Amino acid sequence: MYRLRLWAVKRSYQCERLYTALEAALVKLHPLFEKIGYNRLERPVAVVERAAKTLLFDCKMCGQCVLSSTGMSCPMNCPKQLRNGPCGGVRPGGYCEVKPEMRCVWVLAWDGASRMKEGHRIGNVLPPVDRQLEGSSAWLRASREKALSLQVSVDAERTSLARAFPTARRAEPAAAPLAQEPGNTAQGGARK
Amino acid sequence: MSFSASDPTKPYAAPPEGFSSGSELERVLRAGKFAVTSELNPPDSVDPADVFEAAAPLAEVTDAINATDASGANCHMSSIGICAVLTRARIETVYQISCRDRNRIAMQGDVLGAAAMGVRNVLCLTGDGVGAGDQPGAKPVFDFDAISLIRTIRTMRDSGQFLSGRKITKPPHLFIGAAENPCVEPLDWRAQRLQKKVEAGAQFIQTNYVFDLPRFERFMTRVRDLGLDENVYILAGIGPLASAKAARWMRNNVPGIHIPDDIIARLEGADNQGDEGRKICVEFLQKFREIKGVSGVHIMAYRREHLVAEILREAGLTER
Repeated sequence: MYRLRLWAVKRSYQCERLYTALEAALVKLHPLFEKIGYNRLERPVAVVERAAKTLLFDCKMCGQCVLSSTGMSCPMNCPKQLRNGPCGGVRPGGYCEVKPEMRCVWVLAWDGASRMKEGHRIGNVLPPVDRQLEGSSAWLRASREKALSLQVSVDAERTSLARAFPTARRAEPAAAPLAQEPGNTAQGGARK
Repeated sequence: MSFSASDPTKPYAAPPEGFSSGSELERVLRAGKFAVTSELNPPDSVDPADVFEAAAPLAEVTDAINATDASGANCHMSSIGICAVLTRARIETVYQISCRDRNRIAMQGDVLGAAAMGVRNVLCLTGDGVGAGDQPGAKPVFDFDAISLIRTIRTMRDSGQFLSGRKITKPPHLFIGAAENPCVEPLDWRAQRLQKKVEAGAQFIQTNYVFDLPRFERFMTRVRDLGLDENVYILAGIGPLASAKAARWMRNNVPGIHIPDDIIARLEGADNQGDEGRKICVEFLQKFREIKGVSGVHIMAYRREHLVAEILREAGLTER
């Protein structure tokens, strides 16, 4: 919802704290998640995640949530889906070039980031979205990424992408994931 | 324009020591000279003669000519095609790539193709929304954004790899550019956005039209505070406005154009509006030269290309 999305950006500091706590909890739960199996968890968690984040952020379930790096303003609501800042077409008053009735997602993002503890993260260069991960749970992905030792053998494509975006990889690892994806998620299924 | 060798029939040449490309534009900027670039009006035809005709008023008086990539989301001859034609005549080009129309597979391939044709400068753009053009029903792609495109091209050039990690046997030598629009919202964050582009790998910047000097000066102050003027060459964008009516139309219909009311009022009050537009352009060029951190200018004289030589002469920018 647009209104709630604006509200969430206004309270970006509180949202950030909530998100930090959520992430810490998810990382703690990693051993349990592994026991249950990330595959089995994927669907129910994704359903909950979609509901909560759609309500609050107009989430599009890109699967690579970077809200903490974008002032709690979801960049997938940008009609151009820009992940790294506004385009040059922002209208007077900070409205969107493509949807003139909507506030520019990135004007909001910078505003939100200015109130966040880790707001400087907005300066990190983020990689393009991996479209194979659309619809999957970014929460579980963040949990895996943060919890797992990254000394796993990963394929060269992902290593290379992560190397090309080192700061993003550090600050928002789910945006340039390296850890093994569970067997039959979108990613695992599509890759051989 | 000084011509440098780029012959598609010869092996791909390595850039000179300390340069990232064999680009004339890079050479001019690194030498500390005030650079002049301009953009050509792309033809709606297949005739190479039309490309040369469009380039003719610009080639002798500028350091490089930008080939726009369906700007304003209007279809014309492709930028890669224009660059290929002009490069054969040894005219230095800036190959504009917009993220609107192609995905990452096409774009990385095009970068190699363009480099093979002798392109040495690229300008990475987000692109105007499809709704701005004459075919608003088109599918907007935006697989990359301008910043991830910059980083991808830098990775191709410096690491010799596609984003997939697959090796490029002969990587492209390119001078990587990006755009910035210092006079539109979010004004307070435009310099930070520029910083992100530099961080991603941008080496030169061509700005949108700057018709608002106070805004631009504020932007440049921030740019200098961030130390960006030491790391990137900034070319300020400007052009001759045809009339008050044209200026108003542009402001209302072309995305990202900011023309303050006082400029429009000045045009309106003039006996010869076209001439006034030219004078305004000259004045801005002279002011840009005095701003620390501005390394050159980018002249966008849509359908007024014939005025560019005279404008540069009046502004004292003819030494090429």
